[in-house]
Amino acid sequence: MRRWTLGGALLAALSVLILVAACGSSGGSTSSSSGGSSGSGAAAGLTPPQAGTPVPSSVGKTEGKLNLIAWEGYAQPEWVNPFQKATGCQVSVKYAGSSSEMVSLMANGGGGQYDLVSASGDADLRLIYGGDVKPININLISNWKNFHPFLQSPAFNTIGGKHYGVSYEFGPNVLLYSKKAFPTAPDSWSVLYDKKYSGQITVPNNPIQIADAALYLSKIKPSLGITDPYELTQSQFNATVALLKQQQPLVKKYWDLASQEISLFSSGTTVVGAAWPYQANTLNASGDKVAGIIPSQGATGWADTWMLATHAPHPNCAYKWMQWVTTPKVQAQEAVYFGETPANKLACPIMDSIQKGSCEAYHANAPDAYFNTIKFWKTPLAQCGNGKNDCVPFQQWVTAWTQITG
Amino acid sequence: MTATATRESRAAPATAGSARLSAALWRRAWLRATLTLSPPLAWFLVIYLASLVVMLITAFWTVNPFTNNLVHSWTLANFQQIFTSTYLTIIGRTVGMAALVTITDAVLAFPFAYFMARVATRRSRQLLFTAVLLPLWASYLARVYAWIVILQKGGTLSWFFTKIGLGAVNIGYTNTAMWLVFSYIWLPFMIIPVYAALERIPDSLLEASGDLGARNWRTLRSVLLPLALPGVVAGSIFTFSLTLGDFITPLLIGGANSNFIGNVIYSNLGTANNLPFAAALAVVPIVIMIFYLLGARLLGAFESL
Repeated sequence: MRRWTLGGALLAALSVLILVAACGSSGGSTSSSSGGSSGSGAAAGLTPPQAGTPVPSSVGKTEGKLNLIAWEGYAQPEWVNPFQKATGCQVSVKYAGSSSEMVSLMANGGGGQYDLVSASGDADLRLIYGGDVKPININLISNWKNFHPFLQSPAFNTIGGKHYGVSYEFGPNVLLYSKKAFPTAPDSWSVLYDKKYSGQITVPNNPIQIADAALYLSKIKPSLGITDPYELTQSQFNATVALLKQQQPLVKKYWDLASQEISLFSSGTTVVGAAWPYQANTLNASGDKVAGIIPSQGATGWADTWMLATHAPHPNCAYKWMQWVTTPKVQAQEAVYFGETPANKLACPIMDSIQKGSCEAYHANAPDAYFNTIKFWKTPLAQCGNGKNDCVPFQQWVTAWTQITG
Repeated sequence: MTATATRESRAAPATAGSARLSAALWRRAWLRATLTLSPPLAWFLVIYLASLVVMLITAFWTVNPFTNNLVHSWTLANFQQIFTSTYLTIIGRTVGMAALVTITDAVLAFPFAYFMARVATRRSRQLLFTAVLLPLWASYLARVYAWIVILQKGGTLSWFFTKIGLGAVNIGYTNTAMWLVFSYIWLPFMIIPVYAALERIPDSLLEASGDLGARNWRTLRSVLLPLALPGVVAGSIFTFSLTLGDFITPLLIGGANSNFIGNVIYSNLGTANNLPFAAALAVVPIVIMIFYLLGARLLGAFESL
């Protein structure tokens, strides 16, 4: 009997709670919808909140401390220790696991705690329009002029001539295939949608993957009128999702970790997939004959930017860090360590001195024509380049991705 | 001598004080109960329930799609979204898998636990106990990765099937693979409670059953199974809830069409930063478990704990 009362009380408490919350919802829903739309309307006002913040003309006295939010592998002792010695800035790092985690950590301009974040292109615009990062004086970063031209003022971190950070490293998402299954190299993403390879295909488990399909569709179905794979109208988005739903039965595995894809290929479970250059190089190093290429339709890619928090408590150390990590040596160390391409063109010979052939392997010396085939990640926003608000925002990409992967 | 005297004189008032205190506590049972229960109850309310309530409230909010900030306005949209075919399919898959794994583990665990409890000698019982608990000493991840090696193309299982002439199998990254791995991983959590229930059944009941003319099958059905049922149900709470909440095995072992509730929560937290929808989705397993526990209670599962 007593147990019944206890269980009943708990259940009653829970239902009361749900009821109260539900009542609150119906009462407040009208104000909510107007509040929500005005919020996004303000964000779509096209001028980033911090655009007017003045930038320093020189780097002042260092503060002795620097707090970073970074991808794992972006603050290795090889280049952090010499930096600390040279500048006296003690570096603390908070590693983030995803772009969204970076955005949440940077809330309120870094909360007066963090100075810099190594954000990827899919987070950049959210940080800029959220007012969490502020413009920097790019002329204080002397190595900036040695960058590949397309990374000097890319649309994902430079708006209205204002630089909200300095580009760091990047890489393409390549078509990975087993040479055994493909005696002649494929030259189109179409192999990922080909029934012939049913059950032998693997693609990343990431909503941004929708852009890969959109890029492919933009080339094979020009009638859809896709010009930017990250700015899709509802009908373009629907066509892309339909293609990915057709692809789903052919997919063996949506991989979450690079190591999963490596084991899928080395066991021969899959023979073709979407990957980073890192997987191709790792597989080839262990003797599995694979190749990672950019097909004729081009490819998507990621590019990371060190961005300065609006309320950075140690701005001078932050500038020193941006200067330090853009030097050819650190750029090369990072590229070889992580398996990506440096923004600084002068890093190539140093990469080869660290690991022979790595400059070529990561295309650090490729001509601009190669980079022009890469469409870099950026946040899909409702407000797209045409000035209208009719594009599909990222949250719907996530919902659609759940539908696709099942 | 003097030292002892000092010690005694110092101890005396303290003893008197504590005696008074314990007398007061003895006289007032409610005070005793309040004092002992308050700290754990406060912990339970503040840390455990408060976090659940915060989550429940979040489920009625939304996120500004642009800045990812929470919009503190009430809406049922998150719950409405759950009742669309995509998420209902995923919920159905999760619950179905949890049920299947529970039944599999119950069928596997019963004879094993019976042998351990009623047939095995003391020595071999200890050995079996160690064997059941041994996998729990290894990391969950290590065991799941071991299964990837077993199940993948050209893996141990395929090699074995080829050797015995049944041809190669390739069930890696499928829901079948998930079922195998889940059943393996949670099996100890079923064996232990079933063993405990079977061990408590007095021999005299089985003898009485035999004396009354019941054969083995009849004794099993009419005496052993009803008495062991609370143990099976207690074990099923573990296997069911552990499968229901898992997202690592689907992530590592599953292929396409393998998302669990946990995976969708994870991707909405990690990739989309949509805390409200993740919170709304997290209510689903809670509700399922409330009904499951009420059902288990009716079957007397908690009496054997």
